[in-house]
Amino acid sequence: MVMEIKLDKVTADYQLGPMRTPRVLDAVDINLKPGTFTAVVGHTGAGKSSLLKVLNGLLLPNNGQVMVGDTVIKQDDNKKALKAIRKRVGMVFQFPEAQLFAETVEKDICFGPLNFGVSLSKAKEIARVAIKQVGLDESLLSKSPFSLSGGQKRRVAIAGVLAMEPDILVLDEPGAGLDPTGKKEILSLISSWNRTKQLTTVLVTHDMDDVARFADDVAVMEKGQVVSHDTVRNTFSNQDQLDKWHIDLPSARRFQLKLEQTTGLILAATCLTEEELADALIKVGLV
Amino acid sequence: MNKLILGRYLPGDSWLHDLDPRAKLVAGVYFILILFIANNWQTYALLWLFTLLVMKLSNIPYRVYIRGVRPLIWLILFTVFLQILFTAGGTIYIDWGIITISEFGLINGVYIFFRFVMIVFISTVVTLTTKPIDLTDGINALLRPLKKFKVPVDEWSLMLSISLRFIPNLLDETQKVMDAQRARGSEFGEGSLVKQMKTLVPIFLPLFVSSLNRAEELANGMEVRGYQASGTRSTFRQLKWKFQDTICLMAMIGLTIALVILRTSGVAFH
Ligand SMILES: Nc1ncnc2c1ncn2[C@@H]1O[C@H](COP(=O)(O)OP(=O)(O)O)[C@@H](O)[C@H]1O
Ligand SMILES: [Mg+2]
Repeated sequence: MVMEIKLDKVTADYQLGPMRTPRVLDAVDINLKPGTFTAVVGHTGAGKSSLLKVLNGLLLPNNGQVMVGDTVIKQDDNKKALKAIRKRVGMVFQFPEAQLFAETVEKDICFGPLNFGVSLSKAKEIARVAIKQVGLDESLLSKSPFSLSGGQKRRVAIAGVLAMEPDILVLDEPGAGLDPTGKKEILSLISSWNRTKQLTTVLVTHDMDDVARFADDVAVMEKGQVVSHDTVRNTFSNQDQLDKWHIDLPSARRFQLKLEQTTGLILAATCLTEEELADALIKVGLV
Repeated sequence: MNKLILGRYLPGDSWLHDLDPRAKLVAGVYFILILFIANNWQTYALLWLFTLLVMKLSNIPYRVYIRGVRPLIWLILFTVFLQILFTAGGTIYIDWGIITISEFGLINGVYIFFRFVMIVFISTVVTLTTKPIDLTDGINALLRPLKKFKVPVDEWSLMLSISLRFIPNLLDETQKVMDAQRARGSEFGEGSLVKQMKTLVPIFLPLFVSSLNRAEELANGMEVRGYQASGTRSTFRQLKWKFQDTICLMAMIGLTIALVILRTSGVAFH
């Protein structure tokens, strides 16, 4: 099932010791269409992780409201509504391997489904599917999650979220701290779930190449606000704004600009990925 | 978890923030001791004034301190209650055998209540205005004389400072793991006791694992940089006794004298 997400003037902050923090989300309005893959970019402290938490009811707005499908999260929500939301919105935290706890990988993956009232036999079935979805072998199910490698742990943790069979998947820098190949594989997997299952996906990332390669839309955050929400191509064509936000370009686009500057040659289109760049270069006869 | 006040540090630049941690520790412990000199309303009033003044000097709003007492209020009221029930003397209002509610009992209860609250307030002042690392340095400096008796003061203070250093990390991590398990449908504080205990496992296990890993990394890090338990250590942060620290201790002496005078001149209740 596909699911729309709508944030309406959402303002939120945290309790920190005796004080409340300044607003970490400041009147955020954003609308994510069903089935889209949205990348959230912005500097550390811009409020990206807080935005994800609001989508999941882990951080309640003190003003405004969040709509996930037909469920509304407001300031004072009851536990039942929150649980319903958490079943629909699968949340992969930064360094999700920190949440592994069970004796076996299977038990850990079953944790989510069991909490949402799935029977044990069904949960085990789901676990077998989920572990294959993250590209791991079924034989790992009986192993201890603590005996796995870093990359494997990360995938098991993600499988634990997929096992909840969410309609929306939100991920906070799922590639952070992995080797380049591992990171690429995980992102390709995420992208394929988005396409094949129409899974609405929200991805926080610092890597503009990932944004260019996988996302449909980009939301740029700055100081608790979503300052831009547009298609990838539009966002990366707007050089002045990008400079103002201190957002990098994808490496293909950087290469293109440098090339155009040094050779005086102008390529026909804005190239965001290596493939597009290669095509454009072939077209002008440079390669 | 984030609401805990006692034991927390709030950065600031008040006169109290500026005091030497040794002065604050000595004055704090000394204050708790001289609380027991008080025996009539005049002495309690003086101590209250002093406490309120010290809280004012910290430049931290009173409501922060009040919030700090709140988690302890049941413990305090319970003690007060026992005091009221088991103290006899003066006019008796209710008498059920060993349980009596008497004039002295009530007065005593009120005193105990205020004594407790003052202890919490003053301890909170010390921790709110002192960086944990300064607190450890202060304790280390004050315990130093014990070294002569072969007490491993340096090791203790290293242990203390490492623990203090990692408390914020541990709290952060607890919050994160709780959020992560909540996102997977875990509900805390719901259902039967057994059920609640079960929801704790997915929190404590990851924390345990990460703490052990961190301890090992830290130990390795210290070892490769040549840490030896037996070495003599110099310190990067030097504690400096200033004039205001002397004033602080003088104030405590002044308070003691005033208390003793009020105690003898005022009317004691027992
Ligand atoms: N649990 C928390 N308690 C208090 N403040 C927090 C907490 N989490 C984040 N913040 C603050 O909220 C702001 C936004 O943080 P975050 O959403 O994590 O940003 P980002 O993910 O873009 O780096 C930061 O200023 C951060 O210090
Ligand atoms: Mg973040």
